[in-house]
Amino acid sequence: MMQIPCPFCGPRNESEFSFGGPVKPPRPDPSAVSDEDWTAWLTQVPNPLGPVQEQWWHVRGCGTWLPIWRDTRTHEIVEAPDDGR
Amino acid sequence: MQRYSAFSLLRHGINRHTTWAPAWRSPPLKDRYDVIVIGAGGHGLATAYYLAKEHGITNVAVLERGWLGGGNIARNTITIRSNYMRDASIPFYVKSVALYEAMTRELNFNMMHSKRSMIDVIQNYPMMRDRRRRQHIMDIYGSTYEQISEAEVRRRIPALTGGGPDARLPVVGGYVHTDAAINRHDAVAWGYARAIDAMGGEIHQQTPVTQLLRGADGRIEGVETPRGVIRAPKVAVAVSGHTTTLTETVGLKLPLRTMNLTAFVSEPVKPLVDVIVNCPDAGFYLSQSDKGSLVIGGAPDPGQSFRRDIKQTVFEDTVSAMLSLFPSFKKLKFLRQWGGHLDIAHDASPIQDETDVPGLFVTAGWWGGYKAIPAGGLTLAHLVATGRPHPLMEPFGINRFRHLDYVMETGTTTAR
Repeated sequence: MMQIPCPFCGPRNESEFSFGGPVKPPRPDPSAVSDEDWTAWLTQVPNPLGPVQEQWWHVRGCGTWLPIWRDTRTHEIVEAPDDGR
Repeated sequence: MQRYSAFSLLRHGINRHTTWAPAWRSPPLKDRYDVIVIGAGGHGLATAYYLAKEHGITNVAVLERGWLGGGNIARNTITIRSNYMRDASIPFYVKSVALYEAMTRELNFNMMHSKRSMIDVIQNYPMMRDRRRRQHIMDIYGSTYEQISEAEVRRRIPALTGGGPDARLPVVGGYVHTDAAINRHDAVAWGYARAIDAMGGEIHQQTPVTQLLRGADGRIEGVETPRGVIRAPKVAVAVSGHTTTLTETVGLKLPLRTMNLTAFVSEPVKPLVDVIVNCPDAGFYLSQSDKGSLVIGGAPDPGQSFRRDIKQTVFEDTVSAMLSLFPSFKKLKFLRQWGGHLDIAHDASPIQDETDVPGLFVTAGWWGGYKAIPAGGLTLAHLVATGRPHPLMEPFGINRFRHLDYVMETGTTTAR
């Protein structure tokens, strides 16, 4: 089972958390970006064999939301990649 | 092709089974084909089969990273059904169910097709409304859905003893989908492979594609493998979870996320459940295999995943949900588990289209793609051969994301 490091409670079991989806860049102003960039923001998320950034909710704990980087191949929680994707 | 029959079994049996011909060849790999299909899973094999059968295109190589029948075609719960939600989806799945029913005869290979109905056990009224809505749409396209009472649910599934009036979610009724079936997944892979081989197509196992190759004019040119470069003017990607891994080698992004959907089986027990049981409110589904094992599935892993095993949390959640309705299953012993990489599109409907790279085709987003194998192959072969989408697949092109014209599909088992 994954242990997710909560900033308030320390490392806690994944079963205390609820998955909150991938972290997306801020919503662009649709009239200020190209159609291609707008539909890409709406429909695409990075799908790498490697680290993804996502939100987890400590719903059966302190209730905080926290972003983590997780490796999709191993489910290990990892450091943010250097390129800051 | 050597035909299989009771007579051939007898004849080869007299010869102590030493005279059977191999079901397919292992020909040398050429450096050029008319069509390359990446992935000898269900969809890839069905595509090569219909390219040969419907369009006479036999200079085809199906490239497989692992071994035949070892990918997602062996990593599912073999459920065949057409109880979907959307006008675009249902006719496609009705066609796929019909092709499956004819497959044993068509491929001269025993699929052990068992049309046994699927019963949805409903535990709240919003889900009952959702089922009724599906029924109205399914009626239009000739699929079957029928409401039954709680008593009838319990009569048809005697092992269902939980979910009584004191339960947190009492069973309020059910829906029966009589078209639903299970069959034998290895037979699908082997039956297609044998038929492709007989018509002149080639299947190359242990041949992973590491890179797609684009020509100077931007068109697809071929693929790179550890066994060398293979060229073709048309390449079809049918690799499930690794679709984006491959398409990104030519800079192509797609609205797909890869997830891990898992299942597990119990030890074999005597015949106990003779229908496919789906419990959308509790969040699991099960059927009993011919060997007697209960094949049990639940929700996917939360978040994107390229693992192929079950997470402890997913396993525990599925088991506790199952025990709430089938408390006697507490005594069952766990036998084995597996997971499969699926890619799910932004709107949970499949994507089958020629991409922005001319000559490069994708078939992806098959959430629960086992039931879609024959029709998915039929439609992709049509697209590759003619350059036009098959009428059944027309709503599922890539451009729907450009036009924000989504086909939101909630008819997948685990989409709750």
